[in-house]
Amino acid sequence: MNKGTLFDKVWDLHAVGMLPSGQTQLFIGLHLIHEVTSPQAFAMLRERGLKVLFPDRTVATVDHIVPTDNQARPFVDTLAEEMMQALENSVQEHNIRFYNIGSGSQGIVHVIAPELGLTQPGMTIACGDSHTSTHGAFGAIAFGIGTSQVRDVLASQSLALSKLKVRKIEVNGTLKPGVYAKDVVLHIIRTLGVKGGVGYAYEFAGTTFENMNMEERMTVCNMAIEGGARCGYVNPDHVTYEYLKGRDFAPKGAEWDKAVAWWDSLRSDQNAEYDDVVVFQAEDIPPTITWGITPGQGIGVDQTVPSLEQLAEDDRFVALEAYEYMDLAPGQAIKGTKVDVCFIGSCTNGRISDLREAAKIAQGKQVALGVKAFAVPGSERVKKQAEAEGLDQIFVSAGFEWREAGCSMCLAMNPDKLLGRQISASSSNRNFKGRQGSASGRTLLMSPAMVAAAAITGVVFDVRELL
Amino acid sequence: MVSEVKSISGSSIPLVGNDIDTDRIIPARFLKCVTFDGLGEHAFADDRKALNGAHPFDQPQYQGAKILVVNRNFGCGSSREHAPKAIGDWGIQALIGESFAEIFFGNCVANGVPCVTVDAATSKKLLELIAANPQVNVTVNLETMQVQCGDFTGNISMGEGARNMFVSGSWDACGQLVAQAEQVKATAVKLPYMAWNICDKLE
Ligand code: SF4
Repeated sequence: MNKGTLFDKVWDLHAVGMLPSGQTQLFIGLHLIHEVTSPQAFAMLRERGLKVLFPDRTVATVDHIVPTDNQARPFVDTLAEEMMQALENSVQEHNIRFYNIGSGSQGIVHVIAPELGLTQPGMTIACGDSHTSTHGAFGAIAFGIGTSQVRDVLASQSLALSKLKVRKIEVNGTLKPGVYAKDVVLHIIRTLGVKGGVGYAYEFAGTTFENMNMEERMTVCNMAIEGGARCGYVNPDHVTYEYLKGRDFAPKGAEWDKAVAWWDSLRSDQNAEYDDVVVFQAEDIPPTITWGITPGQGIGVDQTVPSLEQLAEDDRFVALEAYEYMDLAPGQAIKGTKVDVCFIGSCTNGRISDLREAAKIAQGKQVALGVKAFAVPGSERVKKQAEAEGLDQIFVSAGFEWREAGCSMCLAMNPDKLLGRQISASSSNRNFKGRQGSASGRTLLMSPAMVAAAAITGVVFDVRELL
Repeated sequence: MVSEVKSISGSSIPLVGNDIDTDRIIPARFLKCVTFDGLGEHAFADDRKALNGAHPFDQPQYQGAKILVVNRNFGCGSSREHAPKAIGDWGIQALIGESFAEIFFGNCVANGVPCVTVDAATSKKLLELIAANPQVNVTVNLETMQVQCGDFTGNISMGEGARNMFVSGSWDACGQLVAQAEQVKATAVKLPYMAWNICDKLE
């Protein structure tokens, strides 16, 4: 049983009490909502005659359905417009802080909360979205929840949860050039499997994570859920504090010093006990790309699609499904696979540093003929910053489309979609069948720099050759 | 809002495959809705279309099933509660599998639909028995923690907390959570960060 970890400390501080079922009632310090998973929750509140207990602990934005090209209201898609209005009405009725389109701070919920300084170490955070694990990058315990639980948090600012085990995932050493945070997390998931984390919180530790900036840590924690873990976190340190200092909602003045002292006290103890420990070496991690239909079906960019014999027996059935769906054969090299669409964005890789890395590769080059490439900033602030740095110009001159903030083709609940059997190089987080809006569309997950490399070559390419 | 879930009996439907994600259970385009009504007809929409009538959810012998039997890591991916809603609306009242993704499991609890786990041998046996005799009666019993399928009996498991919620009829946690509002507030005031952000910003 885990003891003395950040997870334990934060859990204990937020435990309201024990429920008759034996589950813990856990106080939620920050609740984030968006337009897709909240309307039914507000409807349930209304049905039961309940109020929002702590309206100032819930913050709303819109991201999933918002078009990233034409954002004029009403939206062309009447269902999307209806969802927008449902959220607009609910936040007004319940007096909830809302960052709408044009506020200057709208964007993907997991991008805006950190950049506003809402996400802080030692908090419990919940959001009706599985990638809430992102916020663990700050040393918060952050849970993705369903809509009934969104209702529970609105009504009681708490959740009924069973405590998780903690697995420490240590990565030590220096990443080679052309290897990014995305590759690290794809490598971890590839090794531990997409269900390896079920029942666990992942603590990401070791010198590789210590040397990462906050945006890189967010990329890693973001995909903890793809490894089956309910949440992932990195212990807070001076990198965390430097990122937070001066942000809108960060503590100020004397409170800042008190905050830092408290945050420091929450770090996992030297002699903390873990349920499991796994160690990786950074130098062993190649630029990694998925070839199949789960984020665990990854290979190094210079490797070949694995044969059934190379896979654990457990993984063979889904591999067979993947060969057929992806139209890739065992033994085939992934490098050189032709791509149709290149997407840079999402809550995994839609932040300023991601755009900078992609722009470095795209600068002075041209998107290959017949390839559609687009870059979608994760938030209005990211967009503004990118434009101040001239990144938009680099992308546009290279032939990329430059868009407004939103989830875009990550899940294609908006006009950005794959068509037919198109194959995409994507910096997002899920390569599930049909994920990007076409029931037969195919997704190859990779780092933003690798997506940019694919865009200018028209094929899956090893970004190391372009550095 | 209390209803005990102790035992579910009926015919069942086998769905072979590991890592079946919630995008497959209910594709994102069906999430454009402000109610959960009528999602059942869209359950596995794209998989069913691709299989052209051969998907278990379309096969006549499995219509009316109450229990869904799956393999490993069912319901991984997105947190969309539309997934259990779609499965429930189609008629499923309990799931048996080797393992379930956690958010999906929690969403099923919140809807009064138990997901019980079995070992790989039991799941294989169940899938075979059901394929051989689709009408066979299956019972998931949360009191004895056993599954009965024709003459076959196997052990099932579920975390104690969730099991208690079903058996005692307290799977809808909302009422219990709201009842503790004073304790929630007492916990909140002890947290340093409650004093230094958001609240003062709202003024
Ligand atoms: S970017 Fe993708 S994964 Fe992230 S919140 Fe939006 S839809 Fe979900």
